[in-house]
Amino acid sequence: MSITELGRTAPSSGTEPAVLAEGLVKAFGDHRAVDGIDLEIRPGEIFGVLGPNGAGKTTMLRMLATLLAIDAGRAEIFGVDVAGRPHVIRQLIGVTGQYASVDEQLTARENLRLFARLQRIPAPSARRIAADLLGRFGLEEAADKPIAHFSGGMRRRLDLAASLITKPPLIFLDEPTTGLDPRTRGQMWDTIRGLITDGCTVLLTTQYLDEADQLADRIAVIDHGRKVAEGTPDELKTMVGASTLQLMLAEPGEVPAAVEAVRRGLGSEPVLSPEKGRLNVALDQADMAADVLIALRTAGISISSVSVAKPSLDEVFLALTGHETETEETR
Amino acid sequence: MSTTTAPVRQAVRAAERVAATRRHVSVGETLGQTLAMAWRAAKKMRRNPEQFFDVALQPVLFTAMFAYIFGGAIAGDVQSYLPLMIPGILAQTVLTTCMVTGVQLREDMEKGVFDRFKSLPIARIAPLAGPMVADLLRYAIAATLTFAMGLLMGYRPGGGVAGVLGAILLAILTGWSLAWVFTWVGTIARSAGGVHGISMMILFPLTFLSNAFVPVETLPGWLASFVRINPVSHLVTAARDLANHAQVSGAVAWTLLACLVVVAVFAPLSVRSYKRHI
Repeated sequence: MSITELGRTAPSSGTEPAVLAEGLVKAFGDHRAVDGIDLEIRPGEIFGVLGPNGAGKTTMLRMLATLLAIDAGRAEIFGVDVAGRPHVIRQLIGVTGQYASVDEQLTARENLRLFARLQRIPAPSARRIAADLLGRFGLEEAADKPIAHFSGGMRRRLDLAASLITKPPLIFLDEPTTGLDPRTRGQMWDTIRGLITDGCTVLLTTQYLDEADQLADRIAVIDHGRKVAEGTPDELKTMVGASTLQLMLAEPGEVPAAVEAVRRGLGSEPVLSPEKGRLNVALDQADMAADVLIALRTAGISISSVSVAKPSLDEVFLALTGHETETEETR
Repeated sequence: MSTTTAPVRQAVRAAERVAATRRHVSVGETLGQTLAMAWRAAKKMRRNPEQFFDVALQPVLFTAMFAYIFGGAIAGDVQSYLPLMIPGILAQTVLTTCMVTGVQLREDMEKGVFDRFKSLPIARIAPLAGPMVADLLRYAIAATLTFAMGLLMGYRPGGGVAGVLGAILLAILTGWSLAWVFTWVGTIARSAGGVHGISMMILFPLTFLSNAFVPVETLPGWLASFVRINPVSHLVTAARDLANHAQVSGAVAWTLLACLVVVAVFAPLSVRSYKRHI
């Protein structure tokens, strides 16, 4: 598998990268969940790690967060070795997991106070910080209610608040909006954008291209434990096209003729889908769909359905790796 | 989307943070963190009072059952069996209570919040030791109820109030020390059910192969020699001497030594296996 390097290499400004990883490997038995990943994240940016379920995103993040041992390769956070000085690393990071990592039997306020107390913050300051964070994350009303009654979005917000108690310079967010409804998702995005104005560096993993597009300054695409591409969202989208024309032919047998027609009409190569008679055409602009349709009409090929969509993660993967996302059981 | 940031300011801030980090957790911090964890466990106890059922019911039930079943056979009648048996029940209830410590730790470790504990710059022993501090309350309840039940059934400890309090204190201390064994089991077992199973295998021989319910003299030689080195026997003997005669015997020293050895071995083992746990 070749690595498509899209991003510019980081300019050596003399400052330490927020995260520097070289050849990270994690193996569970024969399965190499993370198989040699290099990363360089600059201070103050939101860096997105995009990939399907089981691509190794969470495993990589857990290694960087000292929650999993690094099997091979090395990682530094602000110049500090992750494997060698985990206690120092833990003072520099905040981790918000895929599943809310707060105590379900305590209230929101009690949770925040507990995590503050554990991190050497004296009781009066802990109380004040808890109140501040509850206000900032819109949890004041629910502050003294059991978390069991919280909605998914409230839990995620509390979880994120708990990661911010000591204002760590680096925040790890593992799939921060998976399972949230669209409105709550938008709120969470606003919150995450707010983090960098506080001076945080953010590493977030996601399965959604639009999420990475909305939030990240740069994106690494991960598949089967390897990095398959890296760049800004614009660079990635240029590669895949701004939108995708999805065609279903009335006669699956006419696919080769349709490919030929698209090639002639648009000058680009359509992507065949494993589904019989379906092909996708990457478009730089959505209105180019008309050109394709006209080309097909001229060639006498009839279509059973047509739609124009934003490129999905599937399309990114088709374009980058030549195969569709395969959902594997995560670790 | 691109966000305007000030890379230089970021770098300075991060560098300051790196410079301000501490390399180790001090003993004082460890204690503070353990107490914070104990506070968490105490909050949970208050919210789930049903978890006190076992510590409340067991001493009551077992004292009555054992007294009426074995009393006549072993000591002639119930009254004369009580001074022999109550310290035995005391040891048994305290031991059963520390098994709960391991089971609850295992259940706790399955939860997401333990991931956060692991990602925090805190002493690795704090999440384990904290709940054990809160569990002291459980041992105190179990031990006190055992004596209360005995008194109700007509037990009149010859050691007086001081003797009984001494026996209770020793039992609490032993319970806390032995709980480290079950905490270790909690960190190595795959499920809470597993902890329960393994703990029972440890618990039954320890309690019943002791002098808790029968005089050692009635046992065959090979069994008697195990019973004599069993730390539970020392606890029972020490508690009998304290409660019945207000006597601080050599068994107290043996019990304390056994506690020390157990903690010295199983506390580091527990922390090590907790650290390795994914």
